[in-house]
This record gives sequence, structure tokens and C-alpha cells, in this order.
Amino acid sequence: MSTTANDHGHDPNRPKHLAHHFETLGQQFDSGKLGIWVFLLTEVLFFSALFVAYTMYRSNYPEVFQYASQFLDTKMGAINTVVLLLSSFTFAWAVRNAMLGEKRKLMLNLLVTLVCAGGFMGIKYVEYSHKFHDGTLWGGNASTIFKADPAEIPAEIKEVSEAWNNPEGKFSVAVRDLDPAFRQKVGVFFGVYFCLTGLHGIHVMLGMILIIWLMMRTKRGDFGPTNFNAIDFGALYWHLVDLIWIFLFPLLYLIT
Amino acid sequence: MSDHTHDSGEEHIGHVLPLSLLVKVFGGLVLLTALTVFTGTMNLHGWDLPVAMVIATSKASLVCLFFMHLKYDKPFNGMIFLLSVLFVGLFLAFVGYDAGQYQDDIKAYTIEHIGGE
Amino acid sequence: MAPSTNSLDRTHYLNATKGFRSWFMTIDHKRLGLMYLWSVVGCFILGGFFAMKIRWTLTPGVTDFMAQSVEQMNAYNNAFTVHGAVMIFLVIIPSIPAALGNFVLPIMLGVKDVAFPKLNRLSYHLWLIGALLFVATLFIGNLDTGWTFYPPYSTGHTDPSVITAVLGAFVLGFSSIFTGLNFIVTIHKMRPPGMTWFKMPLFLWAIYATAIIQVLATPVIGISLLLLLVEKTMNIGIFTPALGGDPVFFQHLFWFYSHPAVYVMILPGMGVMSELFATFARKPIFGYKSIAMSSIAIAILSFIVWGHHMFVSGQSETMSVIFSALTFSVAVPSAIKVFNWIATLYKGSIAFTTPMLYGLSIIWLFGIGGLTGMFHATLGTSVHLHDTYFVVAHFHFVMVGSALFGFIGGIFYWWPKMYGRMAEGALSKWGCLLSFVGFNMTFLPLFPAGSQGMPRRYAGYTEAAGFDSYNMSATIGSMVLALGLCIALYSLLRSFKHGEKAPANPWGGVTLEWQCESPPPEHNFDIDPPTVDNPYDMTLVEWRGQEEGFLPKNPRSDDKCIADIQQA
Repeated sequence: MSTTANDHGHDPNRPKHLAHHFETLGQQFDSGKLGIWVFLLTEVLFFSALFVAYTMYRSNYPEVFQYASQFLDTKMGAINTVVLLLSSFTFAWAVRNAMLGEKRKLMLNLLVTLVCAGGFMGIKYVEYSHKFHDGTLWGGNASTIFKADPAEIPAEIKEVSEAWNNPEGKFSVAVRDLDPAFRQKVGVFFGVYFCLTGLHGIHVMLGMILIIWLMMRTKRGDFGPTNFNAIDFGALYWHLVDLIWIFLFPLLYLIT
Repeated sequence: MSDHTHDSGEEHIGHVLPLSLLVKVFGGLVLLTALTVFTGTMNLHGWDLPVAMVIATSKASLVCLFFMHLKYDKPFNGMIFLLSVLFVGLFLAFVGYDAGQYQDDIKAYTIEHIGGE
Repeated sequence: MAPSTNSLDRTHYLNATKGFRSWFMTIDHKRLGLMYLWSVVGCFILGGFFAMKIRWTLTPGVTDFMAQSVEQMNAYNNAFTVHGAVMIFLVIIPSIPAALGNFVLPIMLGVKDVAFPKLNRLSYHLWLIGALLFVATLFIGNLDTGWTFYPPYSTGHTDPSVITAVLGAFVLGFSSIFTGLNFIVTIHKMRPPGMTWFKMPLFLWAIYATAIIQVLATPVIGISLLLLLVEKTMNIGIFTPALGGDPVFFQHLFWFYSHPAVYVMILPGMGVMSELFATFARKPIFGYKSIAMSSIAIAILSFIVWGHHMFVSGQSETMSVIFSALTFSVAVPSAIKVFNWIATLYKGSIAFTTPMLYGLSIIWLFGIGGLTGMFHATLGTSVHLHDTYFVVAHFHFVMVGSALFGFIGGIFYWWPKMYGRMAEGALSKWGCLLSFVGFNMTFLPLFPAGSQGMPRRYAGYTEAAGFDSYNMSATIGSMVLALGLCIALYSLLRSFKHGEKAPANPWGGVTLEWQCESPPPEHNFDIDPPTVDNPYDMTLVEWRGQEEGFLPKNPRSDDKCIADIQQA
């Protein structure tokens, strides 16, 4: 019984962070990596339905999407894109720190990532509260999407909608005068917008919890050159969240 | 089955990316973002969406290849990711095509029951 | 008498630790497998109760269709909805992959656990939460949307029970995803030295193909149900036509998952059958590679046929034609499997054990279920048969006749490994026989009934409609079926007290799970499992009598089972 399977528990050379059912650290790392990639695959498919909804409605109602997209703030979207890219960069750097055993830098980079994530959510909050205030929300019923009284329509939205003068006269100038079928589809646009960005926002918040957990583990001294799996896999998740935003930004904010 | 035959504890796992490369990739991503905002303000006569998607895909590739280490990783992990994109494409193609086909019925229904146009 | 190699007083995974926590918080795949098994059985009894309620309502002479009150009809709607949802989400989908797969997969690979044991535990806990939400549904309201939750009915319908049911299905989806993910990684990264892809037992191929579907398709039902939830609670308007949404789009999303999910249910059953036929025909499986590859082919093809559920939904004609043509393609790999099984039996030395009886039943049941599937692929015929009892009979032949019989066959096959007791005998064989007869009595008459136009989901039929004799046969059959299933369950429970002690390898299987003791030690193997060659080379073991079961012909010096015997 020279190589019994149970001997691992007593093997003095066996690293502490090697789980009981793996043979080598390499096997553990590869398994985790494959696992996280399969998880990312499920995430992509999780978002897919909303992308399909987006494509379906946009290709069939392009004019609605052109019109409704004007209510989104491109500047805020662009700033958020850069903030999220920065967080991805610092997280990628953090992986490098972890692999090299640079504990202080790792902590700092994780902190910057967390701050960026918080900033992203802050900007998102500002955007959302604007929309709630203006009533540019989802739903099919005109009176619940846009305030019926012209006096209540904020000046900026009025301007946008007045500037949006379709020569073919398919829809009228003021929001409240849009024809009902069109107005209903505008509601669908905002439904898709809120679902996509909301689901993405939930993923950002889950990511923030993940980063806090990683910071706690870093503080405890869990990570080193042979044990950085959690940082690496967390970063992969975070990059996916970034990837989704990279597509969301032009699809929602930049429709001309 | 592990592809590794090293003894535990001694082997080197993972691939460390040089900091300069990470900085370059980040710079590229920010530049591409600026570009997509810029092209977004122009009227490209129907090419807006393809241009925006090409830029977004380039950004995504940068993130995948470098930040997500796919360039240095086992090819199988990249294949899994491509598989997910492939299935989304399949899904999109079938549903998108079908929805386009029956859209006229929906439009007719909408006009009849809600009015307009 | 020689001391048994598998005396139950030694320490094994069942008695290594004790107490509620040691089970509930365990990361041991075997314990998780058993907990899944009994939870699934519990839910099966719940779903079965509603099945009997449906049959009772439909029995001629019991309810007068024209005289039923609205409450009675609503209760009927609730019965078929809960029956469908519980049986699909809580029973068949987790049955073989989560219960048997969890128990067997790591042992078949000769490893100590799945790749992510804690994730595995999370899967089970999510399953429990999902099950609790479904049970809560029963008390919250009268869920009557059908298991498909189609909007606009589900989103407009005011009963809040839809919310808990959809939330339950959503949570169960994640349980299923994590199980699939775990199995994919385990099979990829933890196969023992020498076990190449084409030396893997076919059950693992089937589980692998199932896992591919689970990770690719389940997220889509997750998001669809989530959207349905926000639509219901906040009127988002993606699906509801009154809000500008598109209900056909929901059906696309739903069936993009739910058609592949059909193969999540049936593929593992097919995997069990491959094991059963090879072991009990005492022959290497015929056409190993084509069975393995057909599993993968089914997994992939399952993704491009979903539209055949939507022929009358408003889906465009072009897509219907395309989906109809694509649907036929699934028949090819399915038939390849059946032919290979039959070829395996040819000139085999067949042992008619209980698991094998279930296996043989499936050839008949899956044959009928599979071939009637072709009727639904044929566009014109399918429109005629849509929402009739022909469809009901078809999918029960596949889901119950094949998936569930496969599950029960698998339980009897691996039962000795699970508990170290044999549940084999006349009683368990009677259980199988009665189930088989009862099942056919229930569902065969429903084919002609359906083709004559008997619609689904009606709370009753007038005598003039002419379906009474079919319904009578179905009700009597369902009672025989229920009796058969009860006997099967009883014979399993009885074995705890009266079952003979099981040797390590009672059936003569050559896959690795028969190399460890019954029940297995905590970490599955006390010695490193032997290198694998052909997993179906039946000449590697020989029968050594009731007590010792099958033993390797060329025992290893470090084999504990052998050492014990030689000592004696």
C-alpha cells in the first residue's frame, strides 16, 4: 500500500491550499479555470435573452430605438465605460500582483477596483434617478411612461423631442403627442434598457461583494505565487461584466 | 486527468503579464471608447451599428486576449467562450429571423387595438 | 462461513460521521447524491399525488363535465400545473444527473469527489430552496398556468402563486447549472491515468452530454423566468402584448431551454441503460463509440429543434418548416443508441435481474415514445395532434417510460453500492412488471384518444365525445402503475432490514465503481483504483458465489477485498 489514496492527508509536502480531492496544484488550478470559464459561458447565455430581445425590437422598430435612445445621457455612459475599463485594468494588475506575491500592491489594486465599481454604481444611480424623475420608464401605457401634462415634461426632454423632427412625419414632435402604438414601443425600449442595465448592475454589485471578500482574504494572507486562484477567477468574472458593458454602451447610448 | 506531471508545490502555474502590456491594453481600450463615442455622434448612413459593433468587438477581444489571459491560456478555455458566442448567435439568428417574419401580424394587431399610424 | 469482504460494521461513508449537520452540510458527493435521491423520491410522491388527482377527475362517471363548478375546474387546472412543474423541475431533471450522477460519477472516475464539492453542496441547498418555493406555491394560491408559464396569462393573471413558482424554477435552474458545471470539470480534469475519453464508461458520456445542455440551456430559462417575474411584478412589457411586448418571444426563450431540457431528462437514462445492457448481457457494449458520440450529437441537435413546440403559436411558417426538418435529425442518434443496445443483447448471456427488467422495459417504452415523436416533427400531422392527448401520451412514454424507468433501474443497479444491501428478489421484479403493465395500460389508449381529437387540459369530457373507454383504461392503468411503483419503493426500503449484504461487485460490472467496497469508504477507494482499459471487458471478472460476488480474475496484491478473503 505504498501509494494509498488516503495518504495525502499525512503528506508533509502537500500544500495546505491543495484541496483533498486534487492530486496537484496544477490540476486544482486547471479545474478551477475550466470551471470559471464554463460559468462565464452560462453568464453569456444568461444575458443572451436580453440581447436577443434588444435585436428583435430594434430591427423591427428602428425608429423607436432611434427616438428613445435620445433620452439616455451619452456623456454619463461614456464616463461609466472608462470607469469600468479602469477597474478591469486594476483587477488585471491585481492578478499580476497576486502571482508575484506583492501583497500591498494587490490590496491597493483591489481597493481601486472596488472604488471604481462603486463609482460606476453611483453614476448609474444618478442616471436612474433622472429617469424616474422624468418618467422615462418602461410600460406600455402612455400615461405611466411620460407625464401627460406638457408643463411637467422637463425642458431638456422637450428640446430633444422637438429637435427630433422626422421629415416623414411618422411620429410627432412632442413626447405626449406620439401616436399610441409608437409610444408603447418606446416603453418597450425602456423596458429592455432597464432590464439590461439593471441585470448588469446586479452583476457589478455581486462583483463588489466578491472584491470585498478577496480583500479580506488578502488581508488574512491567503494569496501567494502558488495560491492566487480566487483572485484570478474573480478577475475573469469582473472582466466579463466589463465585456457586457462594452457592448451595452454603444447598443443603448449610441443609436443615431 | 491533469496534464501536469509536476510534483505538487514546485510547479509554476498561471502566466504573469508584464505591467507595460496591461497599461498598453488599457490605453487602447480608452482610445477605442473615445472613437466609438466620436463615431456615435456622426451620421454614418446606416453604417453606425456595424461600425459600433466592430469597435466593441475589438475592445472585447483586447479584454479577452490580455486581461482574461486567453492568449496565453489553454485553447480549450477560449473555445468554451467562443462556443457561448456561437450559441448566442444561433439563438439570435433563429429568433430574430422568426420575429421578422411575423412582425407584420403584430403591427396589424397593434394598430387595430391601440391605434396610430 | 468466510468473513464477508463487505461487513457493514466497518467504517464507510454512511456511518463515518453522524448527526443532522454531518449530512446537511456535507460536501461528500455520495451523501449529497443520497439526499438528492430521497428528496427527489419525496417530490415524486407529491407529483404522483396530483397525477392521481388528474386521473380521478377524468374517470368516466366520477365528474360530470357539464355540472362541474368553477372551483372544481380551477382545482383541476391547478392539479395538472403542479403535476407538470413538480415532475419536471423537481423530479426528472435532477433525478439521474443529480442523484445517481453525484453518487456514481466520481467513483466511476476513481477520484475522491467532484471538482467543486462545496459548489455541489450549494446545488443541493438551492434545490431545497426551489422545492420549498414550490411547496409554498401550493399554499399561496391556485397555480393554473400550466408548467410552461406562458404570458400573457401568467403575467396578467392576478394569483401571486405564479411568483413563487417561477422563482422556484429560477432557483432550481441554478442548482442544475452548478451540477452540470461540476460534472464537466470533473470529467475533463479528473479522469484517472489511462482513462482516455474513449475508455470512459458510457454513463459518463451521457452525463457529460447532459451537463453540456445544462450549462448552455439552463441560463436561458433563468433569464426568461426572471423577465417574467419583473414583468409580472412591475409591468415591464417585454412579453405582454398589451404593453407592446411579444408573447411568442417568451415561447422562443422558454423552448430554447425546455426542448434541450427534454434531453437533460432522457440522456442520463440512456446512459444508465448502456451500463445495464453491457453488465447484464455479460458482453462488451456494441458500438461503444457510436453510443458515446450519439450522446454528444443529441446534446447539440437538441438546440436547433425547439420550434416544433411552437407550430401553432404564431411562429412564422418558414421557421416551422425549418424546425420540422431539423427535428427529424434527432431521431438518428436516438435510433443509433437503441440499435446498439439491441445488438449488445444479441447472443448475450442475459441475466433478468430487476435493473435489467427496467432496462428491457425501456426498449419498448422508448421505442414507442421515440417513434411517436416523429409524428410531432411532421409539420402537418403535428398541427392536427397539437394539444391533444397524443402529445401527452408521447411525452409520458419518453419522460416516464424512459427517463423515470431508467432512474428506477439505476437505483436498483447501484443500490447495493449505496447501502451495501441487495434489493433483489421476486418482489422487486413484480414491482417492475406491474409498473410496465400499468404504464402501458395508462398511456397506450391515449394515443388513439388524442388522434381522435381528445384535447389536453380539459377537466372532463362528455360521454358523447366518445373518450370514456380510453379514460377508463387510463385510470385503471394508473392505479396498477402506482401499485407497481409502491412495490418497487417497498422492496428498496425492505432491503435495509431484510436485504442480503452486497459484495463489492454483485452484478459483474467492470467500471470502477464496482472496484471499491459496498458501501464505499469515505474517500471512495482505500487503495488507488486500478488503471482502466476497456470498461466493458467482461472477462476481467469472474463469479465467486453469493458471498463474494464478482471478483477480478487477476487480483492485485494490494486489493483489500482480496486480502480479507485470503486471510480467512
